[in-house]
Amino acid sequence: MGLRNIVDKIKPTFSEGGKLGFLHSTFEGFETFLFVPNTTTQRGSHVRDCNDIKRVMIVVVLALIPAMLVGMYNVGYQAGITEIFPAFWFGFLKALPTIIVSYVTGLAIEFAFAQKRKHEINEGFLVTGLLIPLVMPVTVPLWIVALSTAFAVVIGKEVFGGTGMNVFNPALLARAFAFFAYTPQMSGEAVWYADAKTGATALEQLGSTGEMQWSVMDAFIGLIPGSLGETSTAAILLGAVILLFTGVASWRIMLSVFVGGLAFAYLFDAVGMTEYPAYYHLLVGGFAFGAVFMATDPVTSAQTNCGKWIYGFMVGALAILIRVVNPAYPEGMMLSILFMNALAPLIDYFVVERNVARRKKLIKNVK
Amino acid sequence: MSKNINLRKGLDINLAGKAELRVENAPMAKSYAVSPLDYENVTPKLLVKVGDKVEAGAALFFDKNNPRILFTSPVSGVVSAINRGEKRKLLNVAVEPDQEQVAKAIKVVDPAKAERSEIVEMLLESGLWTRIVERPYGVIANPDAQPKAIFVSAFDSAPLAPDYNFALASERENIEAGMALLSRLTEGKVHLSARKGAEGFMSEIKGVEYHTFSGKHPVGNVGVQIHHIDRIAKGDIVWTVNIQDVAIIGRMVRTGKFDMSKTIVVAGSEAEKPCYKRIIAGAAVESIIGKVKENVRVISGNALTGRTTAADGYIAADANMITLLPEGNVYELLGWAMPRFHRFSVSRAYFSWLCPKKEYKLDTNLNGGERPFVVTGLYENYLPMDVYVAYLLKACLVKDLDKMENLGLYEVLPEDLALCEFVDPSKIEMQQILRDGINLMIKES
Repeated sequence: MGLRNIVDKIKPTFSEGGKLGFLHSTFEGFETFLFVPNTTTQRGSHVRDCNDIKRVMIVVVLALIPAMLVGMYNVGYQAGITEIFPAFWFGFLKALPTIIVSYVTGLAIEFAFAQKRKHEINEGFLVTGLLIPLVMPVTVPLWIVALSTAFAVVIGKEVFGGTGMNVFNPALLARAFAFFAYTPQMSGEAVWYADAKTGATALEQLGSTGEMQWSVMDAFIGLIPGSLGETSTAAILLGAVILLFTGVASWRIMLSVFVGGLAFAYLFDAVGMTEYPAYYHLLVGGFAFGAVFMATDPVTSAQTNCGKWIYGFMVGALAILIRVVNPAYPEGMMLSILFMNALAPLIDYFVVERNVARRKKLIKNVK
Repeated sequence: MSKNINLRKGLDINLAGKAELRVENAPMAKSYAVSPLDYENVTPKLLVKVGDKVEAGAALFFDKNNPRILFTSPVSGVVSAINRGEKRKLLNVAVEPDQEQVAKAIKVVDPAKAERSEIVEMLLESGLWTRIVERPYGVIANPDAQPKAIFVSAFDSAPLAPDYNFALASERENIEAGMALLSRLTEGKVHLSARKGAEGFMSEIKGVEYHTFSGKHPVGNVGVQIHHIDRIAKGDIVWTVNIQDVAIIGRMVRTGKFDMSKTIVVAGSEAEKPCYKRIIAGAAVESIIGKVKENVRVISGNALTGRTTAADGYIAADANMITLLPEGNVYELLGWAMPRFHRFSVSRAYFSWLCPKKEYKLDTNLNGGERPFVVTGLYENYLPMDVYVAYLLKACLVKDLDKMENLGLYEVLPEDLALCEFVDPSKIEMQQILRDGINLMIKES
């Protein structure tokens, strides 16, 4: 294999003691990207499932693509372009810089930390790096994208020890950072969605007037203003199908977020606090996107099966609670997930304690 | 008779290279070996030197932690080598067998009449005591302990594992005698668990508490069975004996002779003619499988929990099979992005779910790099026990003894986590982490 020979040839330069030895982790990152390493099992099970974290992450990226593509088309559509391809191309050119900035900033920091800590590059950022542009309005200034990505990776992830140890969903943290630090550019009453053309999002209209100017079908397909990836419930559902079928995301969380959200939405509808149908909540704003891609992040969500039901229900319920009751923020999903990220370990603690209690009960039975 | 216990969690990995139901007699090996490394927490002290003549059943070394525990030669002959590794750590004691096999005269007692202490002495003297495993921890049983119960699994559900109904078909009387002896070692019950639908003669064995289990691997693991029959609580001691060893113990009681022969299976995609082999324990693997091809891994035991054995090494004491697998020391271009139809995954991110009947020729590639714990809820699907695997392993990693105890360290052994390790996309060495945790617990308690 020609490529393999080239890699083998330049490998010593990047190994410890080589001229470019300080780029060891970076090289390894690219090498394992190209080739599944020839490492064999040394201890424990001799054979292993061929699934690895790279595959898991790439499935999530794949699941995000429909939402991204429809989002790009929508950017053009919102700018007044009606033909499909030109609209998509317009949106693609708008979104591409954001995506590139997010990946470049995040990966550079990830590589630097991996290098410093002398461990392999973790694939988690492949997902985070795409999630960040998808949860931001497409016209957000690139320096804000870079800054909030850096914040999310450093403060959200690396200070906790990197992938697998973080408490908060990094992509949401990036959005939260941008949202609170640069509110005028991010949201307020009006989100930018194309070429400085501003207007209230469907969610904001619902919040202030109880009506929105778009049809339910538009909201479902995603022809409403909003962040790049969150608008098309249909595309998000397609992603959900991929995630659930491959078993990458927890169906327990996804289902319970929707259940929790709908339950509260119907409750508020029943007591007359909202004047629009409860299911609107699932179509507008970031609810569906959050439920499918954010709440299900295995690292920051509850880890026990029982905990996942509680966590998911609370995410959905809190999101609607914030949307309906809190006048300051029209969108509740981001805060609700971040809040439940913080509570997830506590939920798990109680679930695991029940397991411990069952075990301790055995001792009494014997004596 | 208790009702069948059906376990829904688990996985049967359909490996290629299943053994034919045919027994071949392996020739006498050039040498046999006993290794302290086949046991956990044994500090060996030698009793022989190179050139000594030994009889079958004669002690080669003992455990310094408990000098009553003897490790005996499976054959009669001359001690040909004492192999040591780094820091003079004893690897094994090899014995070159005589043409004429002579077994040491062991004072065999009748388990029905003898005192319990006499039975214990007989097993200790013959070295067969080492075949009794104590839980918690999975170490050689402490002869001074009184186990709450003894558990025997009559079947092995691991990939390519021997079918004991076939391998032990002629050992019925020996198993009966062995079970009768075990029932004298405990005040409690002796539990025997068979696979539903393949009970063989196990259901007819008297004097035991009989159970049937159905489900996927690890349903045959005795630890899983204990969890569903009578869980181990803190302070409990239970013993387990492999069914093959029950037959060997029973054979000694019945015939009065020390005889370590057993029927094992040689299987795996690299085995030329996978079939059953009649061997004597501790045989050089070359005598069992012949010359080993390049780039083939020889495993004493099954593909999930066995020990890697050198081509010129010996079959491990607890192994009832040899698995031969291709080494996976090759690079795979963009493997993680490929469909990988020839590889197996429980995840539907690959395509194994399309052909559930397919036999897989798996190699030993790790199939990825080691990562921190990322996925959740996966491991629990492959361990039919009320144990939170990731939490227990994290407790082991941070060496928190209280947490380890609370989260179920006493109930599991590394073999029970083998499937979790197999499916783990983070490639975490679960069996080793648990073993280190258990050893820490032993040291601290």
